[in-house]
Amino acid sequence: MRRAAVSTLLWAYAAVALLPLLIMVWNSFRTDQELVVEPLGLPHSPSLDAYREAWVEASFSTYFLNSVLVTTLSVLLSTAVSLLAAYALARSRSRLMAVIEQVFVSGLMMPVFLMIVPIFYLLDTIGLASTRTGLILVYSAVSIPFSVFVLATFLRQLPVDLEDAARIDGAGPLRTFWSVLLPLVRPAVATVVVFRFVPIWNDFFYPLILVRDRARYTLPVGLTTFFGEYQTSWSTLFAGLVIATLPLVVLFLVATRQIVAGLTAGMGR
Amino acid sequence: MNRRRTAALPTPVALLFLLPAAALFAVFVLYPMATALTYSLFSWRGTAQDAFVGPANFVALFTTEPYATQLPRAFGHNALLFAGAMVVQNSVGLLLAYALHHRGRLRRLFQVLYTMPYLVSPLVVGYLWSLLLSPLFGPVNAALRAVGLDAVARPWLGDPDTALWVVVLVTAWQWVGFPLLVYGAALGALDPAIEEAAMLDGASSRQRFWHVTLPLLMPVIGTVSVLTFIFSMEAFPIPYALGGSSGSPAGATDVMSLLFYRTAFHSGASNAIGISSAVAIVLFVVIVGISVLFTQWFRRVERRLT
Repeated sequence: MRRAAVSTLLWAYAAVALLPLLIMVWNSFRTDQELVVEPLGLPHSPSLDAYREAWVEASFSTYFLNSVLVTTLSVLLSTAVSLLAAYALARSRSRLMAVIEQVFVSGLMMPVFLMIVPIFYLLDTIGLASTRTGLILVYSAVSIPFSVFVLATFLRQLPVDLEDAARIDGAGPLRTFWSVLLPLVRPAVATVVVFRFVPIWNDFFYPLILVRDRARYTLPVGLTTFFGEYQTSWSTLFAGLVIATLPLVVLFLVATRQIVAGLTAGMGR
Repeated sequence: MNRRRTAALPTPVALLFLLPAAALFAVFVLYPMATALTYSLFSWRGTAQDAFVGPANFVALFTTEPYATQLPRAFGHNALLFAGAMVVQNSVGLLLAYALHHRGRLRRLFQVLYTMPYLVSPLVVGYLWSLLLSPLFGPVNAALRAVGLDAVARPWLGDPDTALWVVVLVTAWQWVGFPLLVYGAALGALDPAIEEAAMLDGASSRQRFWHVTLPLLMPVIGTVSVLTFIFSMEAFPIPYALGGSSGSPAGATDVMSLLFYRTAFHSGASNAIGISSAVAIVLFVVIVGISVLFTQWFRRVERRLT
């Protein structure tokens, strides 16, 4: 292929993919006045007013903290229980375990629309309606199929010799798990953490339906009320979108390799 | 070396390790799923389960208004989302992945740039485009006017003729990063000796693409297509951000998930749960049914190609 043409193509699409996101960032540093007068302009005198307004007046500080809390605890809880379960599944030869694993993995095709109404009533019954705890439990549960699948697959590839050695030295199953396996599964845990963090952070459907109390809103639901109330305060809206995206950008920078490898895992056949 | 599974856990210990995950999964996934299946077979009075009605909710869904009109229309829009994503990912996406593959320098950088929209929240993407396309200050219309295309500039999301296309294109714009990355990985996993052999046999670069590379990519294209289908059928945040829960203007951007959401939580109908559960089941059956049929069909095509 002709190199110059290929280069042009690659850079052109890079612009298509990135320009809207760049406009989002630089418009958040401009004022509404500038946006109307000069829709295509760059920030002349960058201003943080939009961020101040979004963070303080539009309660983004609340939404942000809720999102951090809910996402972090959901990922921690689901990874912890999935790791224990994956260890049991990978190191057991019982027929019962194989059946249980099938049940877990079938959850990969979970019909969220079908489950949401019963979950809503369930949380109501157990007194967790409209709470962050309820949201965390639901997110942890729906994360289990993916996390167990990835972790069990990884554990099966690990040689059992080290565990044997630990057992011969007199370590119990919990001790073996904690001091022998845990250090070894770190790469798989990193993949699971990153790949559950992103969808839970971005999720909009569950909190939209399960959380009715504004003080408990996560960022995506917060965004919807915000877009209703600040319709004409455009730079504030841009700032809100940037705030909702920023933690993911940090995550990409830290974990680019895991993300690219994880998204394409098993696709190379 | 002894590779036997000597580290096998005794079953009682294994069950103990399994317990926390199993409990969480049973309460918040299995139980809701099992009850949801029965919901559609009952009539409801608000939140109270009324009488067993068999398939009556499904009959009502297909024969009474507004569902009889809205269901096929929403489904058609989902199908269009799928078609749009397929066209973009298998033309632009495949072309870019192929170009990137033959290019060592900056490959990682481009991969990351192209994947960015896919990793941003779809709700943020939807709201971002609603701002970019704004008739008041939107940079898109401003850019069109700047290059003399004043006649093309319009309120994209207010016009029923263009609003759906905006949803289709924005969805494809965001999604294409994923197929691109997967196609790139699949190309990287191909044996370079095959292409070299074709080159030595005098095949042009176009012939090599159509007759060597593409057939080898078919399994991956098939897998990605199924994922694209599931994603298109469940599309929710982008249509919600661009057209609201009613699929405005005038239902032009309505999709299945919005229909479900409105019916279940905003219709005010006393049998909202019965009907909305029927919507959810229809959607689930369509997703599973077509995914399975497509996978089988694709395997057959693949076998014929190789």
